[in-house]
Amino acid sequence: MSEVKKIATRESYGNALAELGKEHEDVVVLDADLAGATKTGIFKKAFPERHIDCGIAEGNMMSVAAGIATTGKVPFASSFAMFAAGRAFEQVRNSIGYPKLNVKIGATHAGISVGEDGATHQCNEDIALMRTIPGMVVINPSDDVEAKAAVKAAYEHVGPVYLRFGRLAVPVINDNEDYKFELGKAITLREGTDVAIIATGLPVSESLAAAEKLAADGISAEVINIHTIKPLDEEAIIAAAAKTGKIVTVEEHSVIGGLGSAVCDVVAEKAPAKVLKIGVNDVFGESGPAVQLIKKYGLDADSIYEKVKAFV
Amino acid sequence: MNKLELMKTANEVRKGIVTAVHSAKSGHPGGSLSAADIYTYLFFEEMNIDPADPKKADRDRFVLSKGHTAPGYYSTLAHRGFFPVEDLTTLRKVGSYLQGHPDMKHIPGVDMSSGSLGQGISAAVGMAISAKLSGDDYRVYTLLGDGEIQEGQVWEASMLAAHRKLDNLVVIVDNNNLQIDGAIDEVNSPYPIDQKFEAFNFHVINIDGNDFDQIDAAFKEAKETKGQPTAIIAKTVKGKGVSFMENQASWHGVAPNDDQYAVAMADLEKVGEALCQK
Repeated sequence: MSEVKKIATRESYGNALAELGKEHEDVVVLDADLAGATKTGIFKKAFPERHIDCGIAEGNMMSVAAGIATTGKVPFASSFAMFAAGRAFEQVRNSIGYPKLNVKIGATHAGISVGEDGATHQCNEDIALMRTIPGMVVINPSDDVEAKAAVKAAYEHVGPVYLRFGRLAVPVINDNEDYKFELGKAITLREGTDVAIIATGLPVSESLAAAEKLAADGISAEVINIHTIKPLDEEAIIAAAAKTGKIVTVEEHSVIGGLGSAVCDVVAEKAPAKVLKIGVNDVFGESGPAVQLIKKYGLDADSIYEKVKAFV
Repeated sequence: MNKLELMKTANEVRKGIVTAVHSAKSGHPGGSLSAADIYTYLFFEEMNIDPADPKKADRDRFVLSKGHTAPGYYSTLAHRGFFPVEDLTTLRKVGSYLQGHPDMKHIPGVDMSSGSLGQGISAAVGMAISAKLSGDDYRVYTLLGDGEIQEGQVWEASMLAAHRKLDNLVVIVDNNNLQIDGAIDEVNSPYPIDQKFEAFNFHVINIDGNDFDQIDAAFKEAKETKGQPTAIIAKTVKGKGVSFMENQASWHGVAPNDDQYAVAMADLEKVGEALCQK
């Protein structure tokens, strides 16, 4: 493979916010002392007066964002996924979710690809937490193009949105003219008949590479990119189940409560098919370089290839 | 409104509280009654609001951070004309818009949903920040319980409010000295409350929160305070106005039965009659 461009989706988040700030005066960005890491610093540089640093107090930040939203502005509250969805869960539920306020939560450093900081900072539970909140939209983009489009779509959607971004630079896979981000619409990246790999976020590009290897073995794998986990594109999942009869879900998240669980809910009720869930298997992460951790936890192309081959 | 009119109105608000909680057979009368004078002053005297246009853009905002005292909030809003007083008896009932804790989506005059302690003050800080960002003149008021300030989030919000010099924000602490498990200084003392807010760079005013002269003076002083938020520490009597509820932690979250309701209303009628003699 030729040298592919790699960009971390947190970088895309910061850049997209700065763009959005230019077009819309009502965009306000909040952070909790992580502007350099979440990349909201890019917005801060362009619009310092509209960047509110709340200091290290994520619960307060979420409720402050809720208060700002009641006045008609559109706040993007930013922190690491661990603290945005984890520490501040109850504030997100009660201050933002229950009154259905127009707050966007920009959660960076999701999953084990946080790397060296280790388990305390590797949030593998945020999708599960966020998708249980009524009315919450949950988006987990796979690359730079999708992440930027997601930020724009989140702004245009009226209501709470959880945006999940990563720390690690990931390959740009969606930079084609046909690319179109539609909230709640799955994107079929590769057609196949033997098995459907349904992936979200960072492992989407790894799943594409795995499908390539499977093809060499004569296995035809469909690859579906689910950027919006809630609302989930049920039609796409039902169609894939009917077409292939075998589904593999791949996510950089616990196998409990994330994309895999959401897909199983649909399949079990509406289109029974065998499902293999690939993700973090009910364990905490650990310190190490992100790329090595992705391999160790079985989310790289080779691991996905092996598991799908054994499953099919 | 003059002082006598405010006192009469507060007495009617108290009747509404007792009636709503009695009808619901649950709810929080103690902290609603202690704050009835503050509620009355805010909604009948202090705030720029319009019951005919509850969402008007330049309105002053109020966030009930101690959301469980919704009966006091609702009774005040109803008597101010935001919705019919008769609806107070639907409190906490299935299908009623008067939810157990304030619900901004369905209750006219409610600017923020609240109930999970410590979060309301943060939302008020957000509103005050927003006003500063866009140069709006509206002011933001938030009422907290003295037990509520045991929540760490209250101090996260206070730190940010003072840091951003939010002189359009007034934090009122209803210091009735009682929480569910007993006296606040026996459960986990937040005293000295005034010094804590002072240390967080608030302008602090100590008052008797059941005395309209002192309430009036405090809110006027808050308006004149520039460059920092104000905290009004209002010493109040929990259950104020109902003989058997006064200073009783046990009346924090319990509804009166029919006999107790009759006594409570008789107590308040007596207060009302005395005020009419003035």
